[in-house]
Amino acid sequence: MAKIIVVTSGKGGVGKTTTSAAIGTGLALRGHKTVIIDFDVGLRNLDLIMGCERRVVYDFVNVIHSDATLAQALIKDKRLENLYVLAASQTRDKDALTQEGVEKVITELSASFEYIICDSPAGIEKGAHLAMYFADEAIVVTNPEVSSVRDSDRMLGLLASKSRRAEQGLEPIKEHLLLTRYSPERVTNGEMLGVEDVEEILAIRLLGVIPESKSVLKASNQGIPVILDEQSDAGQAYSDAVDRLLGKEVDHRFLDVKKPGFLQRLFGGRE
Amino acid sequence: MSQADRLELDSMFQLKGSMLAITVLELEHNDLKSLDTQLAAKVGQAPQFFSNTPVVVALDKLPETESDLDLDQLMTLCRRHGLHPLAIRATQRAHIAAASKLDLPVLPPSGARTRQIDPSAREQSPPVGPVHRPTRIITTPVRGGQQVYAPGGDLIVMAAVSPGAELLADGNIHVYAPLRGRALAGIKGDTGARIFCQQLAAELLSIAGQYKVAEDLRREPLWGEATQISLSGQMLNITRL
Ligand SMILES: Nc1ncnc2c1ncn2[C@@H]1O[C@H](COP(=O)(O)OP(=O)(O)OP(=O)(O)O)[C@@H](O)[C@H]1O
Ligand SMILES: [Mg+2]
Repeated sequence: MAKIIVVTSGKGGVGKTTTSAAIGTGLALRGHKTVIIDFDVGLRNLDLIMGCERRVVYDFVNVIHSDATLAQALIKDKRLENLYVLAASQTRDKDALTQEGVEKVITELSASFEYIICDSPAGIEKGAHLAMYFADEAIVVTNPEVSSVRDSDRMLGLLASKSRRAEQGLEPIKEHLLLTRYSPERVTNGEMLGVEDVEEILAIRLLGVIPESKSVLKASNQGIPVILDEQSDAGQAYSDAVDRLLGKEVDHRFLDVKKPGFLQRLFGGRE
Repeated sequence: MSQADRLELDSMFQLKGSMLAITVLELEHNDLKSLDTQLAAKVGQAPQFFSNTPVVVALDKLPETESDLDLDQLMTLCRRHGLHPLAIRATQRAHIAAASKLDLPVLPPSGARTRQIDPSAREQSPPVGPVHRPTRIITTPVRGGQQVYAPGGDLIVMAAVSPGAELLADGNIHVYAPLRGRALAGIKGDTGARIFCQQLAAELLSIAGQYKVAEDLRREPLWGEATQISLSGQMLNITRL
């Protein structure tokens, strides 16, 4: 049986798709057979970030409507043996996803995968609801600002009350906080909330802190999940988060303002 | 989940019972001029409360001797101050007639249904002893957008209450964690109800309809502290626990 993990947030543009791609890739890198599903019907971003947009023939909605089999729709990653993507459709019809349809696909995937990562659309409407409904665990992606924290809090309320686990009285969804686009400088200036502030308000386990980093945009423009950029701070932070997700104790990094190194001070800043 | 081809068969609505916590504007005298000035003063204290706030206007406490009420003008006055009357509560015939002219729903006086006790049944019921009031205990965080109600009793919350969350109880409310949302105790009018919290950071506190909003609460010296809130007369008292 696969573990179903939803990457969700409420608020849009906080880094859900970036995170889904990174975490899914990280799990596959560590030898776990993983599929990432794009639930953002109509927008379809995941295939771009994963660099497989030109190989999308059939999508999630085609499988739900039995226009294609799962085997036909799953896109195998070029880089990793264990990694697959199920793309969202470009259809404008938001009702294309149904609870029965999603359940059918997830059940079928569960038989052959270890991890199913569900990349949720923004908001708390149907798409977001279906993305989280069958989840065993949730990664709540939050930016260090008040509106994002509020939306995450609301989403946590829905995870605890409107999911399959809640409705059937099963053990609750395991919740993880992933703080992304974190900028220690802006926290020090008082422009952003600090890690402790967010942790105190949301009161769930901190999976990781991903720094604001140019490497994220660079990676997504190239269609390479940022976790594969081992030199980048964001890539390393995502790597740590995957280790923690798998139960390893790893110290948090990238929380403090970088002190310019000796050489940097001598020769001036270098981008 | 509805599917396009099933649309016509699917029912289009559901009737759902619900408990609404709604503000009641209870008139004690029929003096619209004084009401106007007093409402204006209240609006000044809590402008956010008075922006499109739905209310029930209660006329059943007006003395019978003051029956010449201009309901139309009263409604206009309410709306001018940001209150949105949804219905009136009334018993006097003149008021009910005026309401039906304005197409305003009329509600029975508060507690009317519970007060109608069959006298013969009362004789048979056992002597009144201490009434057991069930307590509702919540052990997980109450998140923004969630509402928890303890009907007929107390509410105990053992985890944080987020901004945008709402706690309602007919009795007392205890929060053994930060209270950042709204807490309304004694919502059926129990003026003896209290609110207890480990860290006062609430958006709104109310006991039996007497309330304070965050702007006022923030100025309290006990903001952020462990406190209890009780009602004396019309005043919410905030004291250290
Ligand atoms: N750690 C980061 N540092 C810098 N930029 C980032 C970071 N994480 C995400 N971004 C940028 O933020 C934007 C939104 O990211 P992403 O598409 O992953 O968000 P999303 O939550 O999936 O959005 P949506 O709600 O629209 O689905 C992208 O331009 C991405 O490059
Ligand atoms: Mg996205």
